[in-house]
Amino acid sequence: MISNKRIKKLEIFATEIRLETMKAFAKLGFGHVGGAMSIVDTLSVLYGEIMKIDPANPKWPDRDWLVVSKGHAGPSVYSALAIKGYFDKKELLTLNMPGTNLPSHCDRNKTVGIDMTTGSLGQGISTAIGVALGNRMDKRDNYTYLILGDGECDEGQIWEGALFAAHQKLDNLISFVDYNKKQLDGMTCEINDLGDLDAKFHEFGWHAQRIDGHDIAAIYEAIDEAKKTKGKPSMIVLDTIKGKGCCFVEEMYFNHHITISQEQSKRTLSELENRYTDLKREWEDMQ
Amino acid sequence: MIKLVDYVQKENILMKDVYCSTLMDLAEKDENVVVLDSDLMNSIGTVPFAKKYPERTFNCGVQEANMIGVAAGLSATGKIPYAHTFGPFASRRCCDQVFISASYAKLNVRIVGSDPGVTAAFNGGTHMPFEDVGIMRTIPEMTIIEPVDSIMLEDMIRQLKDVYGVYYLRLLRKNAVQIYEKGSTFEIGKGVLLREGTDITIISTGILVSESLKAADALEKDGIHARVVNMFTIKPIDREMIVRCAKETGAVVTAENHNIINGLGSAVAEVLIEECPVPMGRIGVKDLFGEVGPVDYLQKRFELTAEDIVKEVKKVIVKK
Ligand SMILES: Cc1ncc(C[n+]2csc(CCOP(=O)(O)OP(=O)(O)O)c2C)c(N)n1
Repeated sequence: MISNKRIKKLEIFATEIRLETMKAFAKLGFGHVGGAMSIVDTLSVLYGEIMKIDPANPKWPDRDWLVVSKGHAGPSVYSALAIKGYFDKKELLTLNMPGTNLPSHCDRNKTVGIDMTTGSLGQGISTAIGVALGNRMDKRDNYTYLILGDGECDEGQIWEGALFAAHQKLDNLISFVDYNKKQLDGMTCEINDLGDLDAKFHEFGWHAQRIDGHDIAAIYEAIDEAKKTKGKPSMIVLDTIKGKGCCFVEEMYFNHHITISQEQSKRTLSELENRYTDLKREWEDMQ
Repeated sequence: MIKLVDYVQKENILMKDVYCSTLMDLAEKDENVVVLDSDLMNSIGTVPFAKKYPERTFNCGVQEANMIGVAAGLSATGKIPYAHTFGPFASRRCCDQVFISASYAKLNVRIVGSDPGVTAAFNGGTHMPFEDVGIMRTIPEMTIIEPVDSIMLEDMIRQLKDVYGVYYLRLLRKNAVQIYEKGSTFEIGKGVLLREGTDITIISTGILVSESLKAADALEKDGIHARVVNMFTIKPIDREMIVRCAKETGAVVTAENHNIINGLGSAVAEVLIEECPVPMGRIGVKDLFGEVGPVDYLQKRFELTAEDIVKEVKKVIVKK
């Protein structure tokens, strides 16, 4: 069980990730806000508690790896990395600017701490499997984490990987689907219905769980359970809200890639700042 | 009939809106017209089509390879599919489906790849196709068209309804620079002479066409009379026109928003080397991956501006 104090800390971290990410989007005036925000709580748990990492030694061979296959969530990953100290937070404001190290989509050659290049949806599952296999061959006891989008699960490559990872009994691979029910053109159930995603992965031979993807404790416990599962890869389907934590984005129907007015960004930043202050106070009260 | 505008400037209308309205017009006249997409209908602006013709719209979700196969199958039953995704995914991601299911099977598919080259801008390197023409060009019997403005786009979308085969349309979705007057019609496979000139020919396509015209203006001031051609059909390439220009002007520079390997420059070079070798230069991406940023920055970064064309022309012309 994770203590209330640690949960609070991760809630603070998540809010900080959202805040830093929103600042970078606001400076540009546009971005993939919806899918960047829905995955933040998972990033907070991974980078805040779970992953064995060393920001001073990002290529440490025994580290845990993270492949963000829905590469357009890069901006929130960059915020998590900067807060963890992989690079200066100031750099976050260079998002998508000429010559930046922080492009829209995750790039292992550009950004310190990014383990895999993604952006063409569907491909991250295979590279993550390769990483997990390689580490297993080298007898490392580390984990490879993988984040997929729900729309991304339309791609056949996801199901090729699903079949293969199970066949390989790849229990050092722990994967998530950010099931925010939306893709670019709208609701996944209206475009190409994914049905019961956890049942599908279960049927493919994975250990599958389904949880509230904004519940820090639930995410933590699910990963814990996944680690205890031997002989199979693990899938954690996250019920999430696209745009989570930014009211105006949550309320929009089409919130995949949006433009952000100054008014909207000002309001959202102040909402997030208030939430951050409240959480900090709650944290101090716990001491 | 082809008529040029007197004054070259950015269009007010978005290419994607013209794409959609033309398809809707065609769909009204021909019930076989079908639209396919891979979760990018909002990007390419075909939502109004989907609303009006839901039974003729297939948004497959994020699955480009499946989409191309489905389009090929639909065409086997007499449907006329226009299948869209971003250029990199239309070419790289479903190369074998395009090759086998559509081309080798000799079916009837229009593949629309949007955001050519640097116009992928803020989507960055993973989404920036400098190779789509190259991939498509090596597939036998493929036709490759890059409409330069909304006038040409509309004409091409209309013409493509009644052709047979596999066609790749390289589509800018934002505002183009208008080159042609409304009502102009074009012949697939025939380049268009935009500007007369006797010293060198600049053969260009896509967003490099307006840069080439700018370059020709600048060169004029230095006493160099550059001819400009819009080679909007990259395959089959207009051999006759290339040879004529080479003979009449004695030198050629190509300009494209694509890798210089296996794009327009290569196609032109192949013709020249076989039929009329003259000094030649190529403006295009010098075998590099794309990166993120605004279009104007990327054009400079990858040397795709009028200034780059001017420099190249001056380098080539001394070899005459
Ligand atoms: C192969 C491929 N096809 C299309 C795209 C364009 N694209 C980027 S994100 C996206 C929608 C993804 O939806 P989902 O996986 O649900 O992401 P989320 O809702 O979490 O942002 C699309 C179609 C892409 N990046 N890669």
